[in-house]
Amino acid sequence: MTATMDRPTEEAPSGGKVPLVELKDVGKSYGNITALKGISLRVHAGEVTGILGDNGAGKSTLIKIIAGLHQQTDGELLVDGEPTKFTSPADALGKGIATVYQNLAVVPLMPVWRNFFLGQEIRKKSFPWSLDTNAMRATTLTELSKMGIDLPDVDVPIGSLSGGQRQCVAIARAVFFGARVLILDEPTAALGVKQSGVVLKYITAAKEAGFGVVFITHNPHHAHMVGDHFVLLNRGRQKLDCSYDDITLEHLTQQMAGGDELEALSHELGR
Amino acid sequence: MTTQADLEVADHKVVRDERVKERNRLQRLLIRPEMGAGIGAIGIFVFFLIVAEPFRQASSLATVLYASSTIGIMACGVAVLMIGGEFDLSTGVAVTFSSLAASMLSYNLHLNLWAGAGLALILALAVGFLNGFLVMKTKIPSFLITLSTFFMLAGINLAVTKLLAGQVATQSVSDMQGWDSAQKVFASSFTVFGVSIRITVVWWLVFTAVATWVLFKTKIGNWIFAVGGDAESARAVGVPVTKVKIGLFMFVGFCAWFVGMHLLFAFNTVQSGQGIGNEFFYIIAAVIGGCLLTGGYGTAVGAAIGAFIFGMTNQGIVYAGWNPDWFKFFLGAMLLFAVIANNAFRNYAAKR
Repeated sequence: MTATMDRPTEEAPSGGKVPLVELKDVGKSYGNITALKGISLRVHAGEVTGILGDNGAGKSTLIKIIAGLHQQTDGELLVDGEPTKFTSPADALGKGIATVYQNLAVVPLMPVWRNFFLGQEIRKKSFPWSLDTNAMRATTLTELSKMGIDLPDVDVPIGSLSGGQRQCVAIARAVFFGARVLILDEPTAALGVKQSGVVLKYITAAKEAGFGVVFITHNPHHAHMVGDHFVLLNRGRQKLDCSYDDITLEHLTQQMAGGDELEALSHELGR
Repeated sequence: MTTQADLEVADHKVVRDERVKERNRLQRLLIRPEMGAGIGAIGIFVFFLIVAEPFRQASSLATVLYASSTIGIMACGVAVLMIGGEFDLSTGVAVTFSSLAASMLSYNLHLNLWAGAGLALILALAVGFLNGFLVMKTKIPSFLITLSTFFMLAGINLAVTKLLAGQVATQSVSDMQGWDSAQKVFASSFTVFGVSIRITVVWWLVFTAVATWVLFKTKIGNWIFAVGGDAESARAVGVPVTKVKIGLFMFVGFCAWFVGMHLLFAFNTVQSGQGIGNEFFYIIAAVIGGCLLTGGYGTAVGAAIGAFIFGMTNQGIVYAGWNPDWFKFFLGAMLLFAVIANNAFRNYAAKR
């Protein structure tokens, strides 16, 4: 009941368009432990929704619900406006919701193009149906350059790429195989400043290409650079839900860092 | 409805472009996994040409190739398994197991030798399946599982042979039905320019060629590299890891059966105790050829070159008139050298 009260006005920010994915008052409890409660967010095509939160805020539980790994215990999950309950990650993938996890699911010793098509290889149409390696190389090259990554050679082992580039290949793979909504689980967490930049550029490129992006991070600076919409989680509750125009980086950082509690603390410490 | 239109922005088209072929062919050749072994093989070949006079004859080369082929067929299977990230210590006795099974099943059940060979094939594949199944189900390293299989098979070989034949070798089967045709397939020779060449050399090349094609030009090959390189990632993108690995163990079983059939039809009787220790030769051939013990890296051609190095050293020492007791020392030294050299090549490849 309390959750519905501070829920923001529905579908106002997008001018009436149906969101690709929408969560309405979603909650998840494991037995008598409540991991998430009263989460409402929308993911629109061509928009980045940043989900922020400290460790243990419920970010991973939230992704797992959208990715189909877990099912919510309260509230509704809508895909294209239709109420849905995912039974498996494959189910979510079938609806075009792809998740890029932190470990990326790549095989380091294999060439970039083999990784790109791993599990979904293209074969020639005639006997003996061998792999169409040229098509796969060219496609990998084109798909990567479309998103602004220029690899001189797609035959290098993917392990020799930088962390940022690897992340981008994993995202490009999800995009190529039919994703409409990309869920990126802390894509910049393990990266340096420069490499994070590569990933952030890529996120913007994906957004401009019309994908809905869910960007999970605990870095407000990164979120503010690419996000159109922000959701802040704290201890399983939604603390903030606002669009880019409504919030400054300072405010976001402050909210993220603990907000009023931090202010009180700094006052107490007297510095 | 409107959302659908927005999503058409990125088109998911497969591009076919003949211009985007492999680049830097020469450079890529230099960093291939089998390059170190290739250079080593040429070096050893030239070395024996200089020091061993009989080595220069064409018939010697045929002998070397024959010695290489019996190791090479098995090494091909072992290499593919190693690329898939697993290990099989039971291969040496599995070869003997297959030939004993074919011989004794045919002899005691009065079957055509082809029928006996067929039953032996089923048994060999079953052993491979069991190895793979246990490794995948228990998650225990294949080293331990196949070490157990190694001892169990060695025991079965000796005990069952003594039980059925009353001695440690099988009875002669050369007068049984199917001998002539089976011998043609598994153990005949043919003459090229006056030099007699054993048929196993041809089979060796066929095994290597097919394995190479499968590894690099098929879906299955892609999956083999993936399960060896990172099984968890492979599973995450939808590769059937368990099936691929069990299939690899069964392929090793098939190779063991094939070499076993060669032994049976080349020597007529089979000693139940032989084959112990050969598993290391197969592994050495694969590792010299550039296969990584940890999986995900290597080639079948490399294993063939490794087997050829094995054959050359094995016969070359005899041709050079040296004491053959030193053979194992040379083999060990070569393995050490090959591992270090391959490592250096791979680091160079990673840095470039």
